[in-house]
Amino acid sequence: MRLEPIANPSLARSLGFPAAALVATVVIASLLAALAGANPLATLGLIVKGAAGSKFALLETLNRATPLIFTGLAIATAFRAKLWNIGAEAQLYGGAIVTVILGTSALSGIGAAGLPLIALGAMVAGALILLGPVMLKTKFGVDEVVTTLLFNFIMLLLVSYLLEGPMKDPMGMGWPKSAPLDRALRLPRIAEGLRLHWGFGLALISATLIWFVQTRTTLGYEMRAVGLNAQAARFAGIPVSAVLVKTALLSGGLAALAGFSEVAGLKGHLSLDLSPGFGYTGIIVAMLALLHPLGVVITAIFVAGIFVGSDSMSRAAGVPTYIADMLLAVALLLMVAAIGLTKFRVVRG
Amino acid sequence: MTPAHPKAQDVVLRLDTITKRFGPLVANDAISLTLHRGEVIALLGENGAGKTTLMNILFGQYTADAGEVTVFGHPLPPGNPAAALAAGLGMVHQHFTLADNLSVLDNIQLGTVPLWRMGLGRRTARAKLAKLAADFGLSIDPDALVGSLAVGERQRVEILKALYRDARILILDEPTAVLTPQESDALFDTLRRAIKTGLSVIFISHKLHEVMALSSRVLVLRHGKLVGEVATRDTDRHALAALMVGAEVPPPSVAPQNPGPALLTLRDVSTRNIGAAPGLKSVSLSLRAGQITGLAGVSGNGQAALSDLISGLTTPQSGAVEMPNLPDIWSPRGAISAGIARIPEDRHKTGSIADFSLTENAILETYAQAPFSRNGLLNWAAADAHTRHLIATNDVRCPGPSAPIRQLSGGNMQKLILGRVLEASPKIILANQPVRGLDIGAITYVHKRLLAARDAGAAVLLISEDLDEIMALSDVIHVVSEGRLSPEFARGRLTAAELGLWMAGIGFAHAA
Repeated sequence: MRLEPIANPSLARSLGFPAAALVATVVIASLLAALAGANPLATLGLIVKGAAGSKFALLETLNRATPLIFTGLAIATAFRAKLWNIGAEAQLYGGAIVTVILGTSALSGIGAAGLPLIALGAMVAGALILLGPVMLKTKFGVDEVVTTLLFNFIMLLLVSYLLEGPMKDPMGMGWPKSAPLDRALRLPRIAEGLRLHWGFGLALISATLIWFVQTRTTLGYEMRAVGLNAQAARFAGIPVSAVLVKTALLSGGLAALAGFSEVAGLKGHLSLDLSPGFGYTGIIVAMLALLHPLGVVITAIFVAGIFVGSDSMSRAAGVPTYIADMLLAVALLLMVAAIGLTKFRVVRG
Repeated sequence: MTPAHPKAQDVVLRLDTITKRFGPLVANDAISLTLHRGEVIALLGENGAGKTTLMNILFGQYTADAGEVTVFGHPLPPGNPAAALAAGLGMVHQHFTLADNLSVLDNIQLGTVPLWRMGLGRRTARAKLAKLAADFGLSIDPDALVGSLAVGERQRVEILKALYRDARILILDEPTAVLTPQESDALFDTLRRAIKTGLSVIFISHKLHEVMALSSRVLVLRHGKLVGEVATRDTDRHALAALMVGAEVPPPSVAPQNPGPALLTLRDVSTRNIGAAPGLKSVSLSLRAGQITGLAGVSGNGQAALSDLISGLTTPQSGAVEMPNLPDIWSPRGAISAGIARIPEDRHKTGSIADFSLTENAILETYAQAPFSRNGLLNWAAADAHTRHLIATNDVRCPGPSAPIRQLSGGNMQKLILGRVLEASPKIILANQPVRGLDIGAITYVHKRLLAARDAGAAVLLISEDLDEIMALSDVIHVVSEGRLSPEFARGRLTAAELGLWMAGIGFAHAA
């Protein structure tokens, strides 16, 4: 058996295989639910209801999607230029640390006007965290998959140290968490009485801006050219290293906004459980969206829905929440295979 | 060597009406051939005639649309390289498939040791290799790193690799393209020994004298069709050349022209080696206005180093680049801004981005300038209009400006690249193998554009491994060998044979 490329995949092929992947995901999820001793259809129904069955559920899903949109955008941006940023988790925490430092500072004097400054500070932190690995890559050819991945552990240990030491909340009853942000420096709710905060709005604006950058600006053109064929890009005079550095700054900044938005919009303080792997899940979000910035919004909401829905289903049906992770893993694998099958034909012999 | 009347049972390989289409292009059109035991047949044809496609079908890299391959009387399953190897076919590719960081013995054993066997069977392998080397006169140190070997030695490793796998039919794809004449002679000796042991050889080439020297039968391919099959002793070079090109293509008429001032001068320039290919060794060269400077040479003798330097990809280690408006920083962008049009050797990997549209490819060098962008914002309407203009003026056959460029044939792709770099009437043109793999129509077009640019006063550097192309187009010729540059020869001063001596490195004042 081998694969033969298809020059012009038909529309039926381009849509049929991803659709089949979704159906197969549902079937496999049903089998898993049955394995856990629950009624498969009821379980799936509970997941959908838990994710989108009520206004409260839907807003919860959008809240959960917010950091995933940011990390998904960060990864989609980097991967587009074939910069393999696996360190969105580290950049998220970098953004969160700066948010807490600035958010508990004298900046509260200027009220909500301080928020853009904090967001900017967080982005700078995230960008700087990715700058090291990308410089090592462009100067010495060090594999950024390794360096960015290692930064995740470094940052987690740094946060752990900060929360036990200099940034520990003196009023925190000994829990490893930071002092809360000043009330004036929290992201406001989108509407009174709704749990959804403006971090979601910022995420939508970011996605639109990234889409604009990729399709309408010279920087986006350069990033795509470098990602598709760095040799031809270099020959044509595109400064490949500089483009990779710019991509890294943008990507790191976006991931850091996830940290900013979670701290300033949702939690109000920094703790070690700020991110249940948003940086890694962002990879799934970006890949499912085929690295399209607007697609990231949709897949982030989809992925968040599975998590939120599974949480609620688990409480109701007694099926472990791990089913959410398995569902996502299955969905990703099948989608990757489906995308491959839209471009290649399997030939026997 | 060949039996006068080869008997039917001597047939070791039979191709029967093999046909392969790539879209509208018929790469192989009902080609049939037979190969007998102990026979050398030559497959002759120009670039793009379908030789390599035919061999790729034989080896299972492609599946034929129609036709059948029979090896030693058994049909060969299509599209299965492993079956081809097992049937006794061995191929020596034009571009070697060796691992530089492994020893000769490792390279030869690679892929022959079953996954589940403990140990490598080194002693047996070493003995078998030593016997093969002695039998065929292919002396080689089995423990040498392949990366440290010269090109001719690497080819020996490739041949030994095929023989080690008990190949009974050896296929050599343009084996002398990278060899000096002396190395070629040694190769021919080896092959003559090999056929005495009953090996059969298919020899792919477009060099007539080699074909005449080695083969017993010649098959000529043209545009995918088998246009002639003759016994070597019944033909001569002129007849073969006529068969190969078909209707005599008149060489482009090149009116002599008085050269203008030097627009680009290299003074004692040396550059780093590129992998196994040598860098430039103290090269001095002047490209003058209104003149085509031809660079002849065997592949891998410094052409890439010179091309990379003028393209702006590399800077000299020593020596100087001089031109009227030399950019501050010598880089691809610096070279472009200095008015150098660059037609790269590999139009797929270097000259274009396959998944980019024609429009995106058309502005690859100019996207950062008005009207294609202002303040970092792209103007796709302007880019599209420009691309439509290039498509129309260069006769690029394509579905439209938004189609990905990978859908285009090599000729149309090259026409777009040509349009892209020649649109601004550049003063200096670097054309590295500009017609390799193109059909006659596209070749004529490319040559016409280069000559027109020369007549308009551009300085053209034409790099080609095709000596006929160099001799037909160039006003002056340099030969490059192991990174050294010969003196300048005016048009017609040296014959092809004399240039061949220079290509072999004979005549250079200093050693490499």
